[in-house]
Amino acid sequence: MLLDFLYELRARRVPVGLQEWMALMEALGLGLHESSLTGFYHLARSILVHSESHFDAYDQAFGQVFQGIEADALDLEGELERWLANPAMLRYLSPEEKAALEALDLEELRRQLEERLREQTERHQGGNRWIGTGGTSPFGHSGYHPTGVRIGGQAGGRSAAQIAALRRFRAYRSDLILDVRQIKVALRKLRELRREGRQDELDLDGTIDETCRNAGELELIWRAPRRNNVKVLLLMDVGGSMDPYARTVSQLFSAAKQIKHFRDFKAFYFHNCVYEKVYSNARFSEALTVAELVATYGQSYKLVMVGDAMMHPLELLEPGGAIDYWSENRTAGIEWLRRLANHYERRVWLNPEPPRFWGHVTISAIRNLFPMFPLTLEGLDGAVAALVKSKAQAPAPGRWDVDSF
Amino acid sequence: MFGKKKTSVLNPDFSRFQGTDHYITSLPLEQAVNASVALGRPLLVKGEPGTGKTVLAEHVAEALGLTLLRWQIKSTTRAADGLYIYDTVQRLHDSRFGDADVSDIGRYIKLGPLGLAFKSEQQAVLLLDEIDKADIEFPNDLLYELDMMSFDVLETGEHVEARHRPIVLITSNNEKELPDAFLRRCVFHYIEFPDRELMGRIVRVHFPDIESQLLADCIAAFFALRDVPGLRKKPSTSELLDWIAALRRSGIDTAKLGLQVPFLGTLIKNERDLELVAVAATGRRR
Repeated sequence: MLLDFLYELRARRVPVGLQEWMALMEALGLGLHESSLTGFYHLARSILVHSESHFDAYDQAFGQVFQGIEADALDLEGELERWLANPAMLRYLSPEEKAALEALDLEELRRQLEERLREQTERHQGGNRWIGTGGTSPFGHSGYHPTGVRIGGQAGGRSAAQIAALRRFRAYRSDLILDVRQIKVALRKLRELRREGRQDELDLDGTIDETCRNAGELELIWRAPRRNNVKVLLLMDVGGSMDPYARTVSQLFSAAKQIKHFRDFKAFYFHNCVYEKVYSNARFSEALTVAELVATYGQSYKLVMVGDAMMHPLELLEPGGAIDYWSENRTAGIEWLRRLANHYERRVWLNPEPPRFWGHVTISAIRNLFPMFPLTLEGLDGAVAALVKSKAQAPAPGRWDVDSF
Repeated sequence: MFGKKKTSVLNPDFSRFQGTDHYITSLPLEQAVNASVALGRPLLVKGEPGTGKTVLAEHVAEALGLTLLRWQIKSTTRAADGLYIYDTVQRLHDSRFGDADVSDIGRYIKLGPLGLAFKSEQQAVLLLDEIDKADIEFPNDLLYELDMMSFDVLETGEHVEARHRPIVLITSNNEKELPDAFLRRCVFHYIEFPDRELMGRIVRVHFPDIESQLLADCIAAFFALRDVPGLRKKPSTSELLDWIAALRRSGIDTAKLGLQVPFLGTLIKNERDLELVAVAATGRRR
């Protein structure tokens, strides 16, 4: 039934609720899908999906549920049209159902359909080989090109399932990193509004109150405009194992840098793990000790760490384990991270490694200190929410679990 | 929970939107518009800048023969402004100088676009342009009014109820994400960038007398430009139209355009992108 489709969508994390579903039912009732599967594909997409980032998941769900029934989208009359309203049913034809269909004069319908198919084969070259896949059902599984469906003269004239199979919207998925602009959209949610600065905004209510108190003589009241009070400290792992992610990280960096509404934004680099020092450029020539860093950038900063957190356990857990062997670090990397974690209440760790690798020993150790999110748009949203919400919590339970991907 | 919603004013054989002489639509877009009209839900249109989101509203209004009310959203726009504005300062002013009858508050209530659409004698098309420019909470503040199709003017106690449910079109450039509760009430359409064939038809609508060769050359050059890797702002439909207009006016021979593009400034509007295109052009010549 159509309900399979609803649950398939929800299983693929497309946020579809009862409200959209009822609207779709109303639309189907009005015949807006024009009794064609292609029509249904577009209609359902416009009502159920609210963002292009979910189009790909929609296509996948659609393919899953409606695969192999596109031939049914032929614009036929009568009984067949009634089946078309519930195309998914045809997938599971039990013997009983077949018998029930027989009762609906299946022979006649089949004759009509075959006639139609024959006509179209003649118009389309090479159509013969498309018909039938062994006859499990009269018109299923054929992948037939349904010219009977009006699609407004668009190129190709693909059927709905074929459109879905193309998965043209793969690039819009939100669980993949896209571009600087989309990162900016995600980062814009990072805000804390406060009235600060010069008082140059007319406070109308205050003016009216004061004017009344002043017996009608105009008394203008001014106030400071609302400004964002967010301060962000970004620490990025560069080089070595992070090389494959260099582009993603630089996009994040440029997005954060371009955002004008942060009150302050500072970025520093480290290699592999934070030891004693961080660097203000990626060539590691200008250093700042962690002690200085913590002293300069107070607890009101929100700390965003970016790194794969994947290293040899010794490099993280043992004193002297720094990757550059001439840097004699007497304190283990994990200890430096703990100091940062203790200082910054609001902190997150963005990890470009897919969550399925997060079982790695050093990643787990770091996840105990920093709420960790994948470096994808979705992960970024989660990270921003965690930063804005309140104090840092333990890693979000379950959501980015190792097994969930 | 669904019953309280004012039902759609349309009967099943509602007037259907199928594009106009100057606006080429795709089937999915027509279907989204018609679904939005039939269900009485706002249509949210997203897409690359320059793909005709705003123009769509004008042509929906034209095709259905309705008036278009425009509400251009800015960063300072508040949801209440769309309903009505109570001009307190004017009233205070008038009371001070005794110019007018200040006891009639109604004189100082000015309806906004949404209020006008509700009060309109005839069904109207209401465009909320660039809703993402406003504050993040803006769409939420409109939920009730769009659902119930009515609002109260607090100052006068007047109850304004929509005579006809307006056809609401909303455009967004994705600068801010819209709240889920708002999205749930919308029909959504994403205008994809037209492919070559559709682009050809679109250009023809604007320049009916264009020669086929010129059209093909322009479109080839245009899509080659869009394919230059790393562009910050890819040229869009409206920029292609500007460019063709410039080319035709100048009468330049366009036979071998390639990436050597005259009037490049109409298509590429970013210094870094210009450099990228220049590099790509020299690379291709070799």
